[in-house]
Amino acid sequence: MYIDDSVLNNDEKIIFNLRSIYSNAGYSQFKMSKFEEYDMYVANKDFLISDNIITFTDTNGKLMALKPDVTLSIIKGFKEKEGFVQKLYYNENVYRISKGTNAFKEIMQVGLECIGDIKEEDIAQVLLLAAKSLKSISKKAVLDISNVSLIAEVLDKVDSSIKTEILKCIGEKNTFELQKVCKENNVDENTASLLKSLVSLYGKPSKVIPQLKELFTSDNAKQAIAQFESIALLFEKENLGDMLNIDFSVVNTIKYYNGIVFKGFIESVPNGVLSGGQYDKLLQKLGKKAKAIGFAVYLDQLEDIDVIGGNN
Amino acid sequence: MEFLNVALPKGRLGEKVYAMFEKAGFECPSIKENNRKLIFENEERMVRYFWVKPSDVAIYVERGAADIGVAGKDILLEYEPDIYELLDLNIGKCRMAVAAPKGFKDNKKKTLKVATKFSNIAKDYYTKMGRDIDIIHLNGSIEIAPILGLSDVIVDIVETGTTLKENNLEVIETIVPISARFIANKTSFKFKGEQIEKLVNELSNQIEVEND
Repeated sequence: MYIDDSVLNNDEKIIFNLRSIYSNAGYSQFKMSKFEEYDMYVANKDFLISDNIITFTDTNGKLMALKPDVTLSIIKGFKEKEGFVQKLYYNENVYRISKGTNAFKEIMQVGLECIGDIKEEDIAQVLLLAAKSLKSISKKAVLDISNVSLIAEVLDKVDSSIKTEILKCIGEKNTFELQKVCKENNVDENTASLLKSLVSLYGKPSKVIPQLKELFTSDNAKQAIAQFESIALLFEKENLGDMLNIDFSVVNTIKYYNGIVFKGFIESVPNGVLSGGQYDKLLQKLGKKAKAIGFAVYLDQLEDIDVIGGNN
Repeated sequence: MEFLNVALPKGRLGEKVYAMFEKAGFECPSIKENNRKLIFENEERMVRYFWVKPSDVAIYVERGAADIGVAGKDILLEYEPDIYELLDLNIGKCRMAVAAPKGFKDNKKKTLKVATKFSNIAKDYYTKMGRDIDIIHLNGSIEIAPILGLSDVIVDIVETGTTLKENNLEVIETIVPISARFIANKTSFKFKGEQIEKLVNELSNQIEVEND
């Protein structure tokens, strides 16, 4: 079948590009139902970006919801087997509140999930796919990576009542407010300075990693830094080194994410267009031992940009 | 290099901010010409300024129309934009406070009527205290509300307190101190990081000198 691609909108072109990238990388498409039982979202509502969900009653009286999120639906059905890794991609609409109008909005998402007995190579592949996704949309793209377990380790030393506030400061790169919060709550100097360095340290891995090594010496931190190093190396090899940054202002919910987390930006789109991370903790909560990592590309902001096309 | 777009808050605060930016090496002489232009550029420094309503700065920055800007903490708390907050410029200082007619006693048996421009801040503050309130959103002249019996108290910015005093009102609680903050769009920070960082460094030197 011949399709004249001049009839495609930008976001549609992007979707087709992304789908071919993922399917060439060995991911298979997962098509899901538009609705889910509301109960599942209530039980895991911290994982969702917003509490607001469109609900309705099914013909048999069950309370249903229009999907606000795809990840939960995918991992729900995952069956564990030793040594088994499931690689899926999806292209679905989710329903969330849009900030400006405070009304529900349909957002097209393309993303992938890698679930199961995943190894470092699988994680690295997901990151590469995230980078390639961004590159397929715009030449000027940046992938920021962070590690929540590194942040969580430092955060463990502060009182739980101020954790959210501190995380918000890290997410805003707000050194001033961070210092103020630390001072007002008598956070010890060492912890405060480590927190501050999490805000001020960002940029190319070659610049940030040596400084991280000096500051963070626990086994857990060493592991995280070693992972940064191997990812940086891989990106160099793939000629994507330019787009990789370490930046701890990528703070996803610590409750569900555990290892690496990342966010993708492209020039001319004011907010991040790609977001993802490793979320073993969410699977643990659902009683599964498997590990998982994934990301989503938000297409609602991409209507206006010029697609460079092609996935090579 | 591309132009760095700066949203400045119209008014006295914005002029102070521009003076700081000028001193930091991001000058744009045309901005001082007395005309009705809205946008000012200096190609030498690759910087472009524009004046917007102070409460709109955060929106321009969040949506990427401006790469950076200066907004009061009150606006950031109220609107909660998804941006980086890089510096406290230590100017435009005031506080967000609860004020009431002199001698006011809070009757805890009743719902408290709060008049304010800052609904979010007021709601957050009273939710934390577990107090049931009724928010009356006004866009200006908040001080008049308790006098006319429209509300019990007001939540508003207090600078010197003169307006309050002249209307027989007084501050009963400070919610949070406010000052002007330097904010940046997240994407711009990735792609124009060098220019933004240079400006941040220069500005923070200026702030330190002032504090010494």
